[in-house]
Amino acid sequence: MLKQRPFLIETLTAIGLTAAPFVLPHLGFAPNTVNRILVWGLFGLGFDILFGFTGLLSFGQSAFYGTGGFVAAYLLTRAGFGNVLGALVIGMIAAAATGYLIGLIALRRTGIYFAMITVAIAEVFFFVEFNPLSDFTGGENGLPGVPTPSFNLGFTTLHFTNGWSLYQFIALCYFIGVIIALTIVRSPVGAILSAIRDNPLRATAVGHNIHGYKLTAFVIAAAYAGFAGGLLGVLQAFMPPDAFTFDTSGQLVMQTAIGGRGTLFGPLVGATVWLFLQDFLQSALGLGAAWKLVLGVVFVLLVCFLRGGIIGGIADLYRLIAGKRRRTEAETGQEPPDVEDARQIPPAPMHAKEVAHPAYSGPILKATGLTKRYGGLVANSDIDFSVNQGELRGIIGPNGAGKSTFFKMLTCEIAPTSGRIVFEGRDITGLKVTEVCQLGLTKSYQVNQLFTGLTVRQNLTIAALAELRGKFRLDLFRTLSGVKGLTEQVEHTLALVNLNRRADTPVAELAYGEKRRLEIGLALATSPRLLLLDEPLAGMSPRERVETVKLLKSIARGRTMIIIDHDMDSLFELVERVTVLQEGKVLLHGTPEEIRTNAAVQEAYLGGVHGEIAA
Amino acid sequence: MISWPNLVSQLFNGLALGALLALISSGLTIIYGTLGVLNLAHGAMFMIGGYAGFVTYQYTESFLLAVIAGSLFVMLLGVAMERVIIRHFYHRPHEDQLLVTFGLGICFVELVRLVFSSQSQLVPPPALFQGITNLGFMFYPTYRLAVVGIVAVALGALFLVLYRTRLGMIVRAGIEDSVMVDSLGINVYRVFMVVFGIGAMAAGFAGIVNAPVVSLTPGIGDDILVQTFVVVVIGGVGSFPGAILGGLIAGEIISVTSMFNPGYAYVMLFAAMTLVLVVRPHGLLGVQGRE
Repeated sequence: MLKQRPFLIETLTAIGLTAAPFVLPHLGFAPNTVNRILVWGLFGLGFDILFGFTGLLSFGQSAFYGTGGFVAAYLLTRAGFGNVLGALVIGMIAAAATGYLIGLIALRRTGIYFAMITVAIAEVFFFVEFNPLSDFTGGENGLPGVPTPSFNLGFTTLHFTNGWSLYQFIALCYFIGVIIALTIVRSPVGAILSAIRDNPLRATAVGHNIHGYKLTAFVIAAAYAGFAGGLLGVLQAFMPPDAFTFDTSGQLVMQTAIGGRGTLFGPLVGATVWLFLQDFLQSALGLGAAWKLVLGVVFVLLVCFLRGGIIGGIADLYRLIAGKRRRTEAETGQEPPDVEDARQIPPAPMHAKEVAHPAYSGPILKATGLTKRYGGLVANSDIDFSVNQGELRGIIGPNGAGKSTFFKMLTCEIAPTSGRIVFEGRDITGLKVTEVCQLGLTKSYQVNQLFTGLTVRQNLTIAALAELRGKFRLDLFRTLSGVKGLTEQVEHTLALVNLNRRADTPVAELAYGEKRRLEIGLALATSPRLLLLDEPLAGMSPRERVETVKLLKSIARGRTMIIIDHDMDSLFELVERVTVLQEGKVLLHGTPEEIRTNAAVQEAYLGGVHGEIAA
Repeated sequence: MISWPNLVSQLFNGLALGALLALISSGLTIIYGTLGVLNLAHGAMFMIGGYAGFVTYQYTESFLLAVIAGSLFVMLLGVAMERVIIRHFYHRPHEDQLLVTFGLGICFVELVRLVFSSQSQLVPPPALFQGITNLGFMFYPTYRLAVVGIVAVALGALFLVLYRTRLGMIVRAGIEDSVMVDSLGINVYRVFMVVFGIGAMAAGFAGIVNAPVVSLTPGIGDDILVQTFVVVVIGGVGSFPGAILGGLIAGEIISVTSMFNPGYAYVMLFAAMTLVLVVRPHGLLGVQGRE
């Protein structure tokens, strides 16, 4: 939605903000109300990056709103600081710094824990403002006398006093806020934030330090909150203590959800609805204090029935109409068939990333004495395992033999109880899955772990970004197309897994076989030198199996691969050597031929009834 | 400033508050553990329990009836809430569950405000527990002592239900793995409804029992909700013993800090929570991987 014509959204925002003072008075909006809406909208821009884009629902934003607001107001009223804009910026920095410290604590946990911790944080800040720090914040009196901004341009002085004059200043702040937010959302970091919301596990596994990115989003949200808090003081000529209340956080959350999360403009729309309804219900309908109940009911209904809020609802409606039109067009014209093209030229093999130590020539992977115990259950016991550079190794074993556990240990998703793992001569035991992926070792999952809310291309972009940018980088102001080699790598992977035609399809609309190929593609796009594949053929039709085996053969060039699968015919055709696991132990290693004829393997699979069947 | 009787009486206050928090938190935590839904309207349940008891008391002048009616009303409210709304959110993301329960909480608070106004309401303690008791070394309000006893009995009852009945076994199994319980042929949705009712009732019961200690206002549940969160984070989500331990810790921290400076009560509470998060991220008695 945010990827339309360049600068379209920016231009529309500018037009809207310019037109507002001429249009809104006729709709009954007082300038003060409009200014308040803009402050909420600015506050919400950062919050939407945190909640809508990254999926972190914080109920503690009032802490940063208040921090920024009071720092700015204190500077302007008590400390004799004359520059309003400077004070706002310092307040913003203070809020961001606070956000960083708080984020370190709150982001230790995710999901509901995160929500609970942020609630507690907001409450603590409220109490601190009222008691220990009341000498600085004025306690329940707040800080009166916050000045309005003025700028001396040499030949004239611009002074933004109140009403529509102050609107110009606040609207400019909001506009800059929108541009920065849009840039962040369109940057590589923005793409990764969406991936974190969608599937944090896979975002970690393809090599992103998601904790760092979450903290980034948290700090960004705090910075926006801090600046907006300062503006609130400027707007009211008074810094009210209730900026710190839990209600402020709650109102922000509700406005964002009403307007539409993940849209950046949702909070602005939500604030408009909120303030308009508050006015309308209180004065026009004479509901008095009941207005909040009505808003509460509206909010609950919206959450129940219109998940995307007002903007999401409008977008859905638009898509419904546009979709209907497209369908009628499709009925008359012919859409190209979506089957694989037989004439397709096979893409060139994709190269693995450069080796860090080219001199190293020993086995690419060596595990010794690898053991994993879950309480009394021994999943893997004392496994010795070694794979040479460029080898294609298969792993088979009956269900419950510990194959997937073994893979999880190799990629450092879970830590072994004992034993060592050495990758290219480097001990990786105890490293994190992100680091191991960055070193060039990753796997595709037995059960698909895709970014289901994104398109095929976006999925592969997330994986390729991890390889091209490393596990953490703060390129907030770069576009995706500015990442060197990204387009090529994504296109190449698309071609390899034969999903070019489906590149812009949302994952949710893919067929199962396509999802399996994308699963492999995600691992492949990180350019691993050692690729582990956990049952790549599971659940595929015979035809899809043939395709996938062909795919695996093509990606095996210049790469080491270890494959778990139950389809022995396909597997034996692919690999050079096979390891058989049984009850968590290595039964034997051997060539496919040796394994096929080995009595112990037959025994393991058929559980000793083999003789009876033969008889 | 610090005298022994003062400290001991604050410790007792902490015990009473801690017991209440333990009860409310165990309601929250069994709901979360079983249904996977964090009920942000739990504070409102506490508040409504108080008001339902208050209304009953107005008509009957019986504290016992007030407690029974208050708890039952909140239980029914919880069951209705689960059936009508929460049920449709089991398969939606956590954020949506948080949003909808948050919204419901606001609706409940504002509804009560509309009916009873923001003015505080009083429920006197039952005649049996009025006045003060001489503990030998100090005097202490009788009802506060009684609160500790009443809540302990309620926690005991909850313990019996959870650990000694078939329903409790299903609930505990559901906390471990509700999908598995479902596939064993137990109608897990009916269990969810009952659990939500019981969890809400725990909060409602605490609300009316607490009513004579403080005066009732529509916003009374908000602070309690925040404290409950800290309790759950300290104790570990989904853990009944954790809720009790966390409740007692939080109650004592708030009371003892208030003796020196009430302004720092929350700061200390938050510091304790931070410490737990750093040392044991899954809570004192929590189990890894449950969130």
